[in-house]
Amino acid sequence: MNAPATLTYREALKLAIRAAIERDPRVFLMGEDVARYGGCYAVTKGLAAELGEERIRDTPLSESAFVGAGIGAALAGMRPIVEIMTVNFSLLALDQIVNTAATLPHMSGGQFAVPIVIRMATGAGRQLAAQHSHSLEGWYAHVPGLRVLAPATIEDARYMLAAALADPNPVLIFEHVMLYNANGELDPAVTAVDIEKAKIRRAGRDVTLVTYGGSLPKTLAAAETLAAEGIEAEVLDLRVLRPLDWDTLAASVARTHRCVVVDEGWKTGSLAAEISAGLVERVFFELDQPIARVCSAEVPIPYAAHMEQAALPQPEAIVAAARALVRPA
Amino acid sequence: MSHAKLRLDHAHLLHLMRELLRIRVFETKCAELYQREKIRGFLHLYDGEEAIAVGIMQALRPDDAVVATYREHGQALARGVPMDRIMAELYGRQEGLCRGRGGSMHLFDRERRFLGGNAIVGGGLPLAVGTALGDSMQGRDAVTACFFGEGAVDEGEFHESLNLAALWQLPVLFVCENNFYSMGMALDRAESNPDIAAKAASYGMPSEAVDGMDVLAVEVAARRAVEAIRGGGGPYFLECRGYRFRAHSMFDAQLYRPREEIETWKEKGPIARFRHWLEDSHLVFEDEFTRLEAEVTDEVAAAIAYAEAGTPEAVDDLTRFVTLDEVPQ
Repeated sequence: MNAPATLTYREALKLAIRAAIERDPRVFLMGEDVARYGGCYAVTKGLAAELGEERIRDTPLSESAFVGAGIGAALAGMRPIVEIMTVNFSLLALDQIVNTAATLPHMSGGQFAVPIVIRMATGAGRQLAAQHSHSLEGWYAHVPGLRVLAPATIEDARYMLAAALADPNPVLIFEHVMLYNANGELDPAVTAVDIEKAKIRRAGRDVTLVTYGGSLPKTLAAAETLAAEGIEAEVLDLRVLRPLDWDTLAASVARTHRCVVVDEGWKTGSLAAEISAGLVERVFFELDQPIARVCSAEVPIPYAAHMEQAALPQPEAIVAAARALVRPA
Repeated sequence: MSHAKLRLDHAHLLHLMRELLRIRVFETKCAELYQREKIRGFLHLYDGEEAIAVGIMQALRPDDAVVATYREHGQALARGVPMDRIMAELYGRQEGLCRGRGGSMHLFDRERRFLGGNAIVGGGLPLAVGTALGDSMQGRDAVTACFFGEGAVDEGEFHESLNLAALWQLPVLFVCENNFYSMGMALDRAESNPDIAAKAASYGMPSEAVDGMDVLAVEVAARRAVEAIRGGGGPYFLECRGYRFRAHSMFDAQLYRPREEIETWKEKGPIARFRHWLEDSHLVFEDEFTRLEAEVTDEVAAAIAYAEAGTPEAVDDLTRFVTLDEVPQ
């Protein structure tokens, strides 16, 4: 197969899950409606028929129990992939993720590893209102012991899972709901990705736009608009939200001397706040302007389309923030 | 005491008595060491409940798993976790089981498949479902014994986990240590129906209420339960009714229960009762008790000496084990 294959983000995730389960008898996937229904976002559609309901396992609506069961299965030698339908429901399993998965290796003095992968949808944009639109990956990125991934491209959707399963520590994968239908090509020469480094998705000399996940397409669109104005923006896709790749972040900002952080989380106490503070600690004297942030408005995400869109980071706001840094009034 | 199906040979009876005494003497010393500020943090002692852990552990094999509570010194000792390593952990030494990272509430021992004291009430139940799932998916006939107090019955995890274990017919022995108070909250003030065994039965698993003050009764029930589980019968529930002789932790004035109630329970305490029975039945003689007590006292003294001679973990190793480089085998 030499020609690049075109597929959706959803299909890329599914390929990853199938490959992982076929490769390793210890790998299985469980979650709500993953088997017979085919997954809330249809990621696992058809997989149960192919791989069996032992390996693609429907659970009751008991987030705490099935996430905890995943942790226990990992302790017993399995390599579980637990799908939580959305980050919103992960709050019902917060105790297991934060108090158990993240603490056990350290608390046991290194006696027990928790090699579990927990996938969940995140983000807003589908008019699902406040209880189905949270972007709480920044909360999880606060917690030592967890690795937090945000695949924003077809390639990362396809290959991050294998790397996550190879990690002896708990890994959380956040899939933005607006990305599932995204189309793209897979380079047949690429068969693996790292889960360590951020990636420059677009090179530019004037300003660094730091983002991740569902905000990457918006940020790339903003960079195109800026380019038409003669502003060359560098777009940095974090990919890994914990631990952050400070080397790539600092190097980029040291080149461009300006930085806008785009994060669908709320601004207060956000990942964007951490990135801003971390850059100030590292490259303060490289900065020509204060770091700017484009985040969600501090409201529960509303239902009505115009209000929802008004609450979320938009390309226009990213453009305006970058322009203000590069061409201050 | 009537105990069908149990071999009451002299060596086994002495073994049980020794195990009960080891916990009682250990806990008595812990209280003393706490007053002397050798042990700090939260300390929850097991006096009065020794027969539960000792009885249950008789039915387990080395390849079985144990999920414990934060009142778990007794569970650890009865499982065979070395007393000196436990004491060194309470001292916060690097010779401790968890190199001083866990303390009293978080004893882990990989070698004995002791999966830790969990300090979140109910937090261990999902984990136990998971180790049982992992074992059964790998074709092992190991059982997971999951200890929790009656306070866990208030938590959603209790219900989610019992349901999941029964639904998937997993090899879990649920051991409810019902001491009638979750901290200061009396069972009948917390539960609309305080019959815990009946609640468990409603999930479709065999369930028994056992006299948790009678080590032989607990052992008989545990052997019956483990045999049923290993025979493929799915989970089994034992509600072991006992009483905590001491305060909840070292910061508890016990305003919530009358002193006479404590005294009444102490009279039927597990050690006094077993000893009287052994004496009345002419199964164990006075000099054997004396020797046993001396040996146990020596063992505890040696454990304290080991902890006293222990060394503090290097602060440079503070962040060691937050994440692991490989899954310990």
